[in-house]
Amino acid sequence: MSVAPGFGTVLRMTIGKDLRMEWRSKDAINSMLFFSLLVVVIFSFSFDPTAETSREIAGGLIWTSFLFAAVVALNQTWARELRSQALDAFRVSPAPPNSLFLAKALGNMIFVTILECLMAPLFTMFYNLRALGNWKLLPVIAILGTWALVVNGTFFAAMSIRTRIRETLLPLILFPISLPALLAMVNATTAVLTGDYSPIIWIKLLTVYDVVFTTICLMLFGTVINAE
Amino acid sequence: MTTPAQPVATEAKVAVSLDSIVKFFGRFVALRNVTATFAAGRLYVILGDNGAGKSTLLRVMTGLLKPTSGAVKLLGEDPDDVNPRFGYMGHAPLLYDELTGVENLNYFAKLYGMDDHVVRDAIRTVGLDPDLDRRVGNYSQGMRQRMSLARSVIHNPEILFLDEPFSNVDVKSAHDMAALLGKMRDEGRTLFVVTHQPAVLEAFADEYIMMSSGQIVERREEHKA
Amino acid sequence: MKPAFILAAVAALALLGFSTYEALYVAPTEALQGEVQRIFYYHVPCAWVAGLCFFFNFCASAWFLFRRNQAVDAFALASAEVGVVFCTIVLITGPLWARPVWGIWWTWDARLTTTFVLWLIYASYLILRKFATGGQGAVLGAALSIFGFADVPIVYFSIRIFRTQHPQPVIAGGENSGLEIHMLYAFLWNLLAFTILGLVIVWARYLVQRVDQAVEEAHKAAALRESAAGGAA
Repeated sequence: MSVAPGFGTVLRMTIGKDLRMEWRSKDAINSMLFFSLLVVVIFSFSFDPTAETSREIAGGLIWTSFLFAAVVALNQTWARELRSQALDAFRVSPAPPNSLFLAKALGNMIFVTILECLMAPLFTMFYNLRALGNWKLLPVIAILGTWALVVNGTFFAAMSIRTRIRETLLPLILFPISLPALLAMVNATTAVLTGDYSPIIWIKLLTVYDVVFTTICLMLFGTVINAE
Repeated sequence: MTTPAQPVATEAKVAVSLDSIVKFFGRFVALRNVTATFAAGRLYVILGDNGAGKSTLLRVMTGLLKPTSGAVKLLGEDPDDVNPRFGYMGHAPLLYDELTGVENLNYFAKLYGMDDHVVRDAIRTVGLDPDLDRRVGNYSQGMRQRMSLARSVIHNPEILFLDEPFSNVDVKSAHDMAALLGKMRDEGRTLFVVTHQPAVLEAFADEYIMMSSGQIVERREEHKA
Repeated sequence: MKPAFILAAVAALALLGFSTYEALYVAPTEALQGEVQRIFYYHVPCAWVAGLCFFFNFCASAWFLFRRNQAVDAFALASAEVGVVFCTIVLITGPLWARPVWGIWWTWDARLTTTFVLWLIYASYLILRKFATGGQGAVLGAALSIFGFADVPIVYFSIRIFRTQHPQPVIAGGENSGLEIHMLYAFLWNLLAFTILGLVIVWARYLVQRVDQAVEEAHKAAALRESAAGGAA
């Protein structure tokens, strides 16, 4: 007889499954990689600034490209579930819905972080970037900022698969809600690069944003996934 | 597979009870005031034309769809509360194409808190080779349906809901699966099978349920010699 | 139509007529800005009404997620739609006012940005509801509304922080900063008139939605009945 599965077990298994599937098909990674490379190159072409200016604007450019790449990833993760209709099998099982949500969000987090690790050096090269502030804060900003995008993005992607205009709706809902997080990410990054002011207040804002919205997502995911 | 832990005492134990189930999709009536009880330990074959509401009925019974009005009880409880005690085989295989059979079942077994060792047994029971290192996406339809059946019984459910398990399946696979379903019924499980090919289950069916326009129009017992 | 509604509608229009008269004729012309300042009597009350509508939508959405009540959902939809309309008016009258007076169409200060983000969130709310399959639009929209409501204060504060680090001249003083007494009267009358008008329009939209819902229910009941008659074949 089966027992209720542990939250952590389901989380681990789902992430493992998603990563394995992604490794085999490479759907999301390929489109994300290509798209991000394109974005980096186009931005580098269009804005060819002096070293001074580049530090000012690099934050905005980098996070814009991460955002676009993230949206590509977010659409993909739920699309896979839709193809196999395995969501039904999940809903019919005793596994808790929030474990599915966190698994998807963490999976997305991994994908987007890999992407950032690949794109950041490229940006640094193209813009000859050098952090005048405390560069050790950059990974912190990256993690908090990426989670802010991914947690809401995963939730809204789950909602938009139940509409007729899936891929268009996700950025439409995501961008306005993410605005304060984007502002925080960009300003914190610029603060570290230019060293002109302290990024701490922005890091605090990002933390608050992450906590608030992760809570809301976990509270509402069960309702949304069973909204049939 | 082992027999379910709860012994089926008498024919009178109720597996599923439906009370005035109505389901609308927009203005389309999929289920009209369906009221019925289904005793445990029997194999029910659900027949009807396309659009009669067979799949919808199955989805309502499993809790995947909430009825617009009316009550569903599975083993006396709300379907959401008895998830480990029933299995569902949908029209789609509900399997991940990019993974092998074993990988798929390992994952679904974990969703039910089962250990890995049941996976290989389950795959063998449906007549497949657990060591087959092929992605489900490359399976034949017969293999895919068998694997989907394995997925739906891996947690030893008391009730099993199957939606067109034999569609596009080769004759041998269909007969093997039908025999397996009969065996499960003999072990005391309750099975609901929606199908357009009732002949396959002729030897095993206990009752035929005819649906039309969202209602159960006839229930016919199968009297075996 | 209900007599209470007709009464309210007439009162709203009468008030609006009076307040318009106040705003355009009675209130004195502003010294620095000239006649164009009179947009203020419409711009600010519309912003207030939009905010009120969105607040109603949040309350209705939260309630709907607890108790799936059709009337509550109708109210949520009505307040969202009316809110978006009034918000659009704010976003149009704002730049129209700003350009001649301050020389710029737009700036990313806390109030303007928050208004714009609100508009975006609720526009996407309406699109989500429209394109959701089955009856899910109500539930999904309600969830989005919760997100929106949590987001708005964070947006406001994030821009405030931004502006302390990157200061810019503030585009418009506070609503009550040193208003001359006759202007204050005109403003208050318009505030009242627009609030009543807004509530009446929400009420009207709510009634229309309820009629739509009743029509749907009637169709469904008819479909259910006709099958019972012809189904036992």
